[in-house]
Amino acid sequence: MTAIRPFPEAAREGLANPQLRANLARATGTIRGKRRAVVEETPDWEELREAGRAIKARTLAALDEHLVVLERAVESAGGKVWWARDAAEANEAVSQIAREHGATEIVKVKSLTTDELGLNEYLAGHGIEAVETDLAELILQLDGDWSSHILVPALHRNRHEIGELFRRTIDREVGDEPAALAEVARTYLRKKFLAARMGVSGANFLVAETGTAVVVESEGNGRMCTTLPPVLVTVAGIEKVIPRWNDLEVFLQLLPRSSTGERMNPYTSLWSGTRAGEGPREFHLVLVDNGRTRVLADEVGRGALACIRCSACLNVCPVYERTGGHAYGSIYPGPIGAILTPQLVGIENAPTLPYASSLCGACYEACPVKIDIPDILVHLRGRAVEAGVEPASERLAMRGLARTFASRRAYESAQRLGRGALRLVPWARVGPLRAWARARDLPSQQPRTFRGWWRAR
Amino acid sequence: MVAGTVSSAREDILGRIRAAIDGAPSQPEAERPPYRRFGALDPEARVALFCERASEYSATVTRCVPAEVAVRIGEICAERGMTHLLVSALEDWDPHPPGVELLPDADLSVSELDSGAGVMTACAVAIAETGTVVLDGGPGQGRRALTLVPDVHLCVVPAERIVELVPEAVARLAPSAREGRALTFISGPSATADIEFDRVEGVHGPRDLVLLVVDEAQA
Repeated sequence: MTAIRPFPEAAREGLANPQLRANLARATGTIRGKRRAVVEETPDWEELREAGRAIKARTLAALDEHLVVLERAVESAGGKVWWARDAAEANEAVSQIAREHGATEIVKVKSLTTDELGLNEYLAGHGIEAVETDLAELILQLDGDWSSHILVPALHRNRHEIGELFRRTIDREVGDEPAALAEVARTYLRKKFLAARMGVSGANFLVAETGTAVVVESEGNGRMCTTLPPVLVTVAGIEKVIPRWNDLEVFLQLLPRSSTGERMNPYTSLWSGTRAGEGPREFHLVLVDNGRTRVLADEVGRGALACIRCSACLNVCPVYERTGGHAYGSIYPGPIGAILTPQLVGIENAPTLPYASSLCGACYEACPVKIDIPDILVHLRGRAVEAGVEPASERLAMRGLARTFASRRAYESAQRLGRGALRLVPWARVGPLRAWARARDLPSQQPRTFRGWWRAR
Repeated sequence: MVAGTVSSAREDILGRIRAAIDGAPSQPEAERPPYRRFGALDPEARVALFCERASEYSATVTRCVPAEVAVRIGEICAERGMTHLLVSALEDWDPHPPGVELLPDADLSVSELDSGAGVMTACAVAIAETGTVVLDGGPGQGRRALTLVPDVHLCVVPAERIVELVPEAVARLAPSAREGRALTFISGPSATADIEFDRVEGVHGPRDLVLLVVDEAQA
């Protein structure tokens, strides 16, 4: 595993980019407003959240059994199930299926899991071009860029930047209007959809009982990729399984309202294996571990596996809104990324991410499956300390505090020193503490300490 | 990758899972929290809610009584200058709408589906609260590609297929899912908000979704 760039360092770029901050503030503000409206009109929202949480918890507690049921259901519906321990095995499975069918160009519907695996790069290395068909993913692919938001991956780009990119790569004449840009994408991709021999998708849910894969989307590219090509490969993390068909009645309400702030997204496709005269002739399901069983082994951290990738936590996060998604160093940005990435890649490779939060708790309030993100953040900070990989400033400060709190005399003299130090506050703005002091107000100085008052009483 | 490593990957992953959850408290299937399973609206209010919600997603919604269906379909086509409609099978559409030629889907290729004609289907279920229609490949609906490639989708929604809530629809669709049918939930025309979170109607799916709600009670 390669280490992820420290958050404070990576965040600096986003913070210094006024265009990015304006795009972020506008987009997250809009989505927050839409989400609030459709959540507030739902009288049983809290019951649905609790139901979502409970289903996910129960599923994880017997994940092996549900996966075996899913495998059997998919196979009896004519599909083939592959198991991949890591990214290399998953990528090779997809590549092998493509090679067997002589597919040199495949169409893909947005999938965070395949981004996590680096599937496109792997396929490119084997002479297979993976064409991203989600408008935002296409924008990023055309520009060699990467996602900064789970739902709106090109959130960091505005219409002028995208117009310029499209004029450079697809259509010299197109303007900057979103409708015109969408039209260009429609024409450009339609040829590819109609000609593709293989499609690749992720899955929002996999229903074990019926062997049903579910893709939730807006544009119709998901329908195209999962319906038209004769071969379909769906790549999904093992945590995407839900036990029962009627579990969908909960998640199909939670996800669109939390994600796009709609009562329902424009298109949801559900299919089981293959069916004569309907859709792909061949269906492959690749079930991916790639660190998930490691997350599952952590009693507190496993809560992160309940995530349904709605991105509500990003949109309410004061840190995300200012730094943008790239600062989180992986395709899972925001609060969910701060708890998922360190667990997937190992805390030693992402020790600063659990600190990329003020622990304000807004993410927990917004989470449709009630993942206690602040609790997991604190837990992961503890693990970073145990592993001796917490940020150096944190370590120094905590060691100092530990010594100070260990003896009365040390504590009392620290109080005296602290009162003296507060007088030097203006100097903190130029000294070694200036980065810290720039973003914080110090407490005003009180005439005496509590201990001093107690003794003098 | 040879079969041997695939099967050992399977055993490895299942083994890792069992080790990871070993000792975890088992979670018996508990009573679900009391979210709404059944709607409370009377039929007229339910149909009205469906029409309102579907319109909010820029679907064109129009209502008629059963005897008017063929004529209304003819009018909808005339308004759009359409002379042809793809359908899954001719016998599902009797009487034929006036002034419109129906083209049955006899294994049409995708480029034939892309030739410019609109498509007309029935639906399996519709959901009032979310303004959604669900297709399950049943009578009058055809395969998924049929409603995907054309740019106009006219969907006929009988009032008795409209339920109020998502759980009611999921329950009604359970037999289709168990049969292994492919389902598509459609809420308004294709849309994207990928550029500055500005909603744009119409990317890859039909850009014009017309819902014809057929209701005996509708005068």
